[in-house]
Amino acid sequence: MMTEMSFTSDEMMTIAASRALTNDDVCFVGIGAPSAACNVARLTHAPDITLIYESGTIGTAPDVLPLSIGDGELCDTAVTTVSVPEMFRYWLQGGRISIGFLGAAQLDRFGNINTTVIGDYDKPKTRLPGGGGAPEIATSSGEIYITMKQSLRGMVEKIDFYTSFGHGDGGDHRQRLGITTKGPTLLITDLAVWRPDPVTKEFTVVSLHPGVKKEDVQKTCGWTVTFCDTLEETPAPTELELTTLRDLKARTKAAHEGAGSGNRKGKQTDG
Amino acid sequence: MAKFLSLSEAVAENLKDGDTVAFEGFTHLIPHAAAHEAIRQGRKDLTLIRMTPDIVYDQMIGRGMAKKVIFSYAGNPGVGLLRRLRDAVENGFPQRIEIEEHSHAAMANAYEAGAAGLPCAVFCGYRGAGLKTVNPNIRSITCPFTGEELAAVPSIRPDVTFIHAQKANKRGDVLVEGIIGIQKEAVLAAKRAVVTVEEVVEDFADVHPNACILPSWTVTAISVVPGGAHPSYAHGYYARDNASYLEWDDISADRDRFHAWMEENVMKSSPDDFTGRVAGLRNE
Repeated sequence: MMTEMSFTSDEMMTIAASRALTNDDVCFVGIGAPSAACNVARLTHAPDITLIYESGTIGTAPDVLPLSIGDGELCDTAVTTVSVPEMFRYWLQGGRISIGFLGAAQLDRFGNINTTVIGDYDKPKTRLPGGGGAPEIATSSGEIYITMKQSLRGMVEKIDFYTSFGHGDGGDHRQRLGITTKGPTLLITDLAVWRPDPVTKEFTVVSLHPGVKKEDVQKTCGWTVTFCDTLEETPAPTELELTTLRDLKARTKAAHEGAGSGNRKGKQTDG
Repeated sequence: MAKFLSLSEAVAENLKDGDTVAFEGFTHLIPHAAAHEAIRQGRKDLTLIRMTPDIVYDQMIGRGMAKKVIFSYAGNPGVGLLRRLRDAVENGFPQRIEIEEHSHAAMANAYEAGAAGLPCAVFCGYRGAGLKTVNPNIRSITCPFTGEELAAVPSIRPDVTFIHAQKANKRGDVLVEGIIGIQKEAVLAAKRAVVTVEEVVEDFADVHPNACILPSWTVTAISVVPGGAHPSYAHGYYARDNASYLEWDDISADRDRFHAWMEENVMKSSPDDFTGRVAGLRNE
């Protein structure tokens, strides 16, 4: 067997997520892990993918990962930048997004996402930032990919708040609410690739990342995990994928942490 | 017609205790200098509206100026949570605040409805979303033509909106470039609008005909504050000071450290200090 480069579970997660994206996709990108995966896809096998961030930047190709959804880098490299109402009305609500790529603070087995509060809404234990664009991304995008690290705190039997609707209680719950899009069709964690059961819509493990055992997945998941009968092993990252991701992260780190060096250039002399 | 005023005059004339106010900016062009002036003037009982309340609303909430916040994403972008806002929501410190929470789509539509003179915004949203159950201002309406159920929220009509923009011309027209966010709608939806700008130029003769321009008669007051968006950025002028956003997480984590920082960097400071803050971030 050939020697493989060693990699972390985080890297495997980002790379597995990037592989799910294709050249033809129009992807509404959530910040954080989704952003890294989308840009690795663009820099490897999907150079023509259209990446859209909710700040209005359409067809963006950032050299470093943005710290926020509205970094100047996104606008500089975009095909066009539209206003926020136009973004949500014409592009998202108008049905022009094929994939919404979201992260989650809390997730349940049916792909419902909580990024609003931990605990009671009116007396929260932890007040999280809230939904932002996600509630409508979740219902207006053609389908939803989710990526997050597994933990008992994050993957729970019951989420504290339905920020973004996935498959609700499962089955045909989306259709019953008049939602015509597919909803969550893919979950990529640091340990596995999951897809919803065609009937129940419960996320089911279809592929384990290299070296991961079934019990590792169960130990870090708050619901009883169902594994697919034809469980596969996720192909390890290729050298190109790993190098692309690591270079992207290194450029990003230099740009964000070294605001004194990376961002601060010479003084402007005019206008 | 827009009046050119110092920032302290513009804020004093246009922002009163009890006002409903939007300091808008979608990551880009956030009117930090105007917000700091409002903090120095000690305005209180404000209803703060913003899609993405970040550091400036964290600062105002921490200073006890807000009675209510209307928002759709209350985080430090790319960094984490807003710690002063959390302290207010979770512990009632320094005072309890009321929150009215929406999604981005709802707020974007609500600003647009405000600018369009409509009482409410109608859109396809909030399907299956929990916010419907905790925010009584999220309701539904039936399409009279198709019978489809749609979401409805009240339009946003602030007493006053503050934005930062790249430039004004001598007549007082304002040009916004780059990520234009919700700035135009927020200005047109408000009774009064105050704009801080990087600079004033003779005219906009060289500007693209489809550029985002707010004519002078849609703006109440303009103040020239170079660097006035810092640590946010002004496209074409200076970069986002990401390090400051990261630092805010530490500063805001502790009540005493927060107050010391505010005394030093806001209360004892002036709009002129923003020029120096962006000196190292200027585009070449």
